[in-house]
Amino acid sequence: MSSAQERIGVYVCHCGSNIAATVDVEAVSEWAGEELADRGVVIARNDKFMCSSSGQEVVEKDIAELGLTRVVVAACSPHMHEKTFRGACARAGLNPYLCELVSIREQVSWVHTDREAATAKAKAVIAGGVLRVAEQVPLEPLRVPIHPATLVVGGGIAGISAALEIADAGFAVHLVERQPSIGGHMAQFDKTFPTLDCAACILTPRMVEAGMHKNITLHTWSEVTDVKGYVGNFTVTIKERARYINAELCTGCGICQEKCPIRVQDNVFEAGLGFRKVAYLPFPQAVPKYPVIDGPNCTYFEKGTCKACEKFCPTDAIDFTQVDKDVVVEVGNIVLATGFELFDARRIEQYGYGRLPNVFTSLEFERMSNAAGPTNGRIVLRDGVTEPKTVGIVHCVGSRDRNYNAYCSAICCMQSLKFAHLVGEHTDATIYNFYIDIRAGGKAYDEFYQRVLEEGTIFVRGRVAEVTDTLRLPAEAADEGRLMIQVEDTLAGKQRRIPVDMVVLSAGLEPPADAKETARLFGISCSSDGWVIERHPKLDPVATMTDGVFAAGCALGPRDIPASVSNGAAAAARILGRIQQKEMALEPVRASVDEARCSGCRICNDLCPYNAIIFHADRMVTEVNPALCQGCGTCIPACPAGAISGTGFSDAQILSQIEGLLMVSASGQLREVVPA
Amino acid sequence: MSATTTQAPVGAATDSAGAAFEPVMIGFTCNWCSYRAADLAGTARIKYPPNVRLIRLMCSGRLDPAFVLKAFAGGADGVMVSGCWPGECHYIEQNIKALRRFVLLRRVIEAMGIEPARLQLVWASAAEGQRFAHEVGRIVEEVRALGPLGWGRDGARPHESIAAVSTAAGPAAVPAEVTA
Repeated sequence: MSSAQERIGVYVCHCGSNIAATVDVEAVSEWAGEELADRGVVIARNDKFMCSSSGQEVVEKDIAELGLTRVVVAACSPHMHEKTFRGACARAGLNPYLCELVSIREQVSWVHTDREAATAKAKAVIAGGVLRVAEQVPLEPLRVPIHPATLVVGGGIAGISAALEIADAGFAVHLVERQPSIGGHMAQFDKTFPTLDCAACILTPRMVEAGMHKNITLHTWSEVTDVKGYVGNFTVTIKERARYINAELCTGCGICQEKCPIRVQDNVFEAGLGFRKVAYLPFPQAVPKYPVIDGPNCTYFEKGTCKACEKFCPTDAIDFTQVDKDVVVEVGNIVLATGFELFDARRIEQYGYGRLPNVFTSLEFERMSNAAGPTNGRIVLRDGVTEPKTVGIVHCVGSRDRNYNAYCSAICCMQSLKFAHLVGEHTDATIYNFYIDIRAGGKAYDEFYQRVLEEGTIFVRGRVAEVTDTLRLPAEAADEGRLMIQVEDTLAGKQRRIPVDMVVLSAGLEPPADAKETARLFGISCSSDGWVIERHPKLDPVATMTDGVFAAGCALGPRDIPASVSNGAAAAARILGRIQQKEMALEPVRASVDEARCSGCRICNDLCPYNAIIFHADRMVTEVNPALCQGCGTCIPACPAGAISGTGFSDAQILSQIEGLLMVSASGQLREVVPA
Repeated sequence: MSATTTQAPVGAATDSAGAAFEPVMIGFTCNWCSYRAADLAGTARIKYPPNVRLIRLMCSGRLDPAFVLKAFAGGADGVMVSGCWPGECHYIEQNIKALRRFVLLRRVIEAMGIEPARLQLVWASAAEGQRFAHEVGRIVEEVRALGPLGWGRDGARPHESIAAVSTAAGPAAVPAEVTA
């Protein structure tokens, strides 16, 4: 066994009291120094904070002075500080892959309460690490080239921000958007809280900039259908749906839209409140300026006649022969800015949305209050003419509710306050806000809340029980035809029934319905809610677990515009750093075949999802292509000849770790190890 | 093979202190989902029993059946295998290969006289710290109810065959049809 020749240093971290409160750190390090001495441990120390510079210096000094050949650090998860201690080893001249980090915090002290049992487990975990590290071999990181182009999925404000940052730095971006125009949800809004900036005024210049940018290729009315490869070298297939408009010839004059005889309800941009033509631009400032013809609703595709658009198009840009086409692009990194969908308020039946005409969703209200929207900015009831005298705005619809979504949708409080302000600006109505808590944590947000309070909006603290058009009390006879909001006023301590003319449901944010498929396509993970999981929620908030795939904006969870913009820029900064390095180091975890032992049985050949395993029929041997191998190691146990081995996770390492983990009994006593 | 145990075996019904049986178990986790679920359980301070000692693999597909046999031979009372949910594997579908091996391996250990329930499979996404903790608790109790395996310790079971399988032949000991 090689461990006898190795000189191993063991470093046990207190992590302040995070570990030391549950694990007897001093006893553990003393134990390791004594009991694991015959397994190569020459020094065992403990430190308040191993990750501090003084803690790292201890490791570096020991490597230099004691001639350590292996290092085991027992501290937090390797996902936290593996890099830190590998760095310390490298600085002291030790190959960084000869350092093993074992977790006694996330997997011991934080999850166990019995100090004796936790201390015993910590000893076992360290013994596993010591035996494993002895089997480690020096490795060099794999270097992969980084393709300078980037794919940004989603053309909302987060995606646009990421695309512009990267493009402005001089690198190519493919910006993919499912809708005919970029802009996302922000393009639907009238005003933005708390500054009441006009959304279009601040967004459309960014859209135009993205549309005109020489480094940005827009793929609107498109979807990503396939992603192959790995960080630095992704091959992405983008399905560009047929627009039936020749973009080269179209001038964006809008005559096709004007002449198209078919009007359909616009459930996307107008949130169902307005109509659009079948040949349409979703909104006047759309980027790109080319309309699309909505095939399934088009009379020509249905009946073979019409072609009104073609007849009137001054540049002959209408092309009914277009078909969907797949565009394949090579990119080095990906930003997912796939945004959110509004919670379907129909699911809360007692609020009456979809049944009671004068109950609106927040997105409907956004369109209504927008000067360019279906009512030209007039706040009116569903009949399109009557101004409401009383408006009730209901917070937390589908959020903070364990029946729907337990999470807070983050933006609804501020959005509701904005609605209250806008109703007051456009009408003389009495305004109620029904809230659970007001969450106004952003810059100048609480000041906006104070302003809305001073403007006279009435705040009722309580979750609305019901919105109904059924009157119950004789005193309500005067309110025939209005809506009644039943709510427990938790500050007054009583049930109230408040008559209103219009209800606005501040619906929460949900991941897009196909969020799981998107996650699968890009090989990333989602939380059970469907939001993209960050590599680290605090320290790496825009990276995903998959190298080269970043996320920004509401794809990560509900957030406001400033946060989405920052996310986009942050993802761009991360990517630009890599592009400028031109290559990046990857974990050298790869499988390889010992050709001398390979019998050419081909059992492993079908196991690789990356087609990294190549069979050489001439030599009757199999080879693993290290550029394609992702290091999962599935082929290794499949080989009946034991010809495949894996760096970083070799059989010898894992078998030794098992042996080490079992060296210590549940009560912390050393067991005689069965000779293996 | 005659293993001489000078101190209390891990799997003894009572250890030298005379305490109740505490199973010792090995848990194999994947780098992307289940190990992160364990990390999340930690970050969220969710408590679970300390009996399972984890090994991080890149993927549950890396799990060599010999690792499990080695764990049993080395004195583990139970083994937990954990990976991403089917359809959510970081390596696309390798957890499905782990599932195939798991199903066959359970039969193999049963043929060797080990209760199949000592080998358990748990899917846990990186967001499921709560589930991970809960499943560890459940499995520990199931194994505790089975009592000590004590294989390779006190001669209570015919450990020669398993020790031979897991050590002498290494990974090659597992029939090809188990893994292919």
